[in-house]
Amino acid sequence: MNIFLSDKNRLVQRIAHGFCEIEIQPIAGKIDKEAHFPWDVVKKMGELGYFGIQAPKSLGGAALDTVDYILIIEEISKSCAALGLCVAVHNSVALYPLLAFGSEEQKKKWAPQLTSGNKIGAFCLTEPNAGSDASGIESEAISKDRYYVINGSKAFVTNGGVAGIYLIFARTNPNNGNKGISVLIVERGTPGLIVGDLEELCGVRANPVSSVRLNDCEVPSQNLLGREGAGLSIGFAALDIGRIGIAAQAAGIARAALEEAIRYSKQRHQFGVPIAKHQALSMMIADMATKVDAARLMAYRAATLRDKGESFSQASAMAKLFSSEISSEVTDQALQIHGGYGYSKSYPVERYYRDARVTRIYEGTSEVHKMVIARGIMGN
Amino acid sequence: MNIIVCLKQVPDTETQISIAADGKSISTDNIKWVMNPYDEYAVEEALQIREKFGGEVTIVGVGPKRVTESIRTALAMGADKGILVDDQAIVGNDSLGTARVLTAVIKDLDYDIILCGKQGVDDDYGIVGSMLAEFLDIPQISIAVKLDISEDGSKVTVNREVEGGTFVIEAPLPALVTAQKGLNEPRYASLPGIMKAKKKPLDVKAIADLGLDAGSVGEAGAKIEIKEITLPKPRQAGKIVEGETPQEKAANLAKFLHEEAKIL
Ligand SMILES: Cc1cc2nc3c(=O)[nH]c(=O)nc-3n(C[C@H](O)[C@H](O)[C@H](O)COP(=O)(O)OP(=O)(O)OC[C@H]3O[C@@H](n4cnc5c(N)ncnc54)[C@H](O)[C@@H]3O)c2cc1C
Repeated sequence: MNIFLSDKNRLVQRIAHGFCEIEIQPIAGKIDKEAHFPWDVVKKMGELGYFGIQAPKSLGGAALDTVDYILIIEEISKSCAALGLCVAVHNSVALYPLLAFGSEEQKKKWAPQLTSGNKIGAFCLTEPNAGSDASGIESEAISKDRYYVINGSKAFVTNGGVAGIYLIFARTNPNNGNKGISVLIVERGTPGLIVGDLEELCGVRANPVSSVRLNDCEVPSQNLLGREGAGLSIGFAALDIGRIGIAAQAAGIARAALEEAIRYSKQRHQFGVPIAKHQALSMMIADMATKVDAARLMAYRAATLRDKGESFSQASAMAKLFSSEISSEVTDQALQIHGGYGYSKSYPVERYYRDARVTRIYEGTSEVHKMVIARGIMGN
Repeated sequence: MNIIVCLKQVPDTETQISIAADGKSISTDNIKWVMNPYDEYAVEEALQIREKFGGEVTIVGVGPKRVTESIRTALAMGADKGILVDDQAIVGNDSLGTARVLTAVIKDLDYDIILCGKQGVDDDYGIVGSMLAEFLDIPQISIAVKLDISEDGSKVTVNREVEGGTFVIEAPLPALVTAQKGLNEPRYASLPGIMKAKKKPLDVKAIADLGLDAGSVGEAGAKIEIKEITLPKPRQAGKIVEGETPQEKAANLAKFLHEEAKIL
């Protein structure tokens, strides 16, 4: 793996690994069980720069590159996928759009709050009636004097329960189809922004994923991010980067499962030998390790392309598709290697299995990714 | 106040150690190398001293190129600059050789205090710090759990724990102190710190640059020779003492301890 990484990338990887091993790994099982968002650890991560990974120094960021970013997400997710999700969504689909499309005033106002981790970011595109087809969103933001009045309903908002800043996708022009959607920055506490109950999730349980309602929520026109009507293109640009992070997250979970499987298979004896000695299992582990390696490489490639300023959205879609699929396979096999104990909550593999599963769904399902990839290869 | 920290790179405690074919060294394949944990306390203490008194923290390491990774980690934590001595001639250094190399680097630097970990967690000799202090002819206080420098910067007071009590030891500066667990809580390197570390100076020096005779270090200069390394015996499986009643189990346990374990 190392041949693709610079000395600085590896320093980032080591430092993130060290932090996660000590601060996150020991609590990951517990916060999953209790569906608890660990504010104390998040505060520490904020102080250490984990909430402004690629932001410029002038805005309080760490000014690292995309490869550094995904190495960090991979390490966090290897310890705790729910926190990996929190940091990934915050940095990629919440903070990045502000940095890339925000005005100087907007950046000055909101970026330092986000990069310090004092406020967590959330990305609110999905609605009850619009998931894979984001162009179907129904939320409206009607321009009135120097305000927008937002009404609508958002589903599955990662970080929703704890976020301080929400990017809300809504229609500013009901007649203009895809070109009628805009992004508005809404701060927690704005009257009419109602954070709903947390979702009871199968995995990533320590992330407070919630619904969000907007009930005559008024925000100043200065809260419009980018142009009116640019919402979907901003959203998709953010998701291109977000997906590399999800690829890294899925690879991190798979790596954790692989390591547990290797450890367990050397300890557990059946038929007089460690189960690792049974060829069926050693072949399984060889397959798992190969898949994990390939997934990581695909994520590194997509990130490297972005850092070099080349087009990366196809590579990012492929990395996300592949990594999330193999993450499900690898965590499933790791559970299998643990036998009945793998199905028990006393071992961490069942958590990896649940956490891996969602990576095939969010930031675009596997099916949607195949559509996107096919379109990239064959045209419309 | 200028502070020097001596840093060693050691195998991560997670690493499964295996013995190399020569039977006298460990196999270095698949080892994950990290900063010696006791040196982390030394780095942290150095940063705290600098925060109070100003000055510079210099990290000095001896070993192959990979050691730069651990020096960079210390730079990312906040140290100002690093020096690595990397030379074919130092391969096979014993503690004395390492101390000689460190002495050659440090004697010409401007320093007020030198901090080392109390020992490397790999070969556990725990003597490099003492040897270095002797060579430099400065006071040394080992295994510190608390360290204070007087307001005027003229002396250091160190707490050293012994069975059932604490020594409070004072020495004039410059002095050398070795760090024990509990001295402080080492900080994590921050992500912005990594970008800063990239730009900090890290000099790599060879033996010749230091005016050292290659025969006085490495295998050639070593005063001790490792004859053999063995792994601890693998842990035996536990034994369950059988018996119908508690009394019977107790009797069988006593019998086992007497006849098989030969403890009673
Ligand atoms: C834990 C979690 C966190 C999330 N976080 C966020 C967030 O922070 N922000 C946000 O905006 N959203 C978030 N989401 C929403 C997520 O992005 C959507 O769930 C996802 O895009 C799929 O939409 P849907 O659930 O409505 O499924 P649907 O779109 O209804 O899809 C149902 C099924 O139909 C398939 N399908 C749909 N269309 C096609 C097609 N054209 N061809 C083939 N198959 C198709 C899908 O692949 C899927 O299998 C999150 C979801 C989860 C579970």
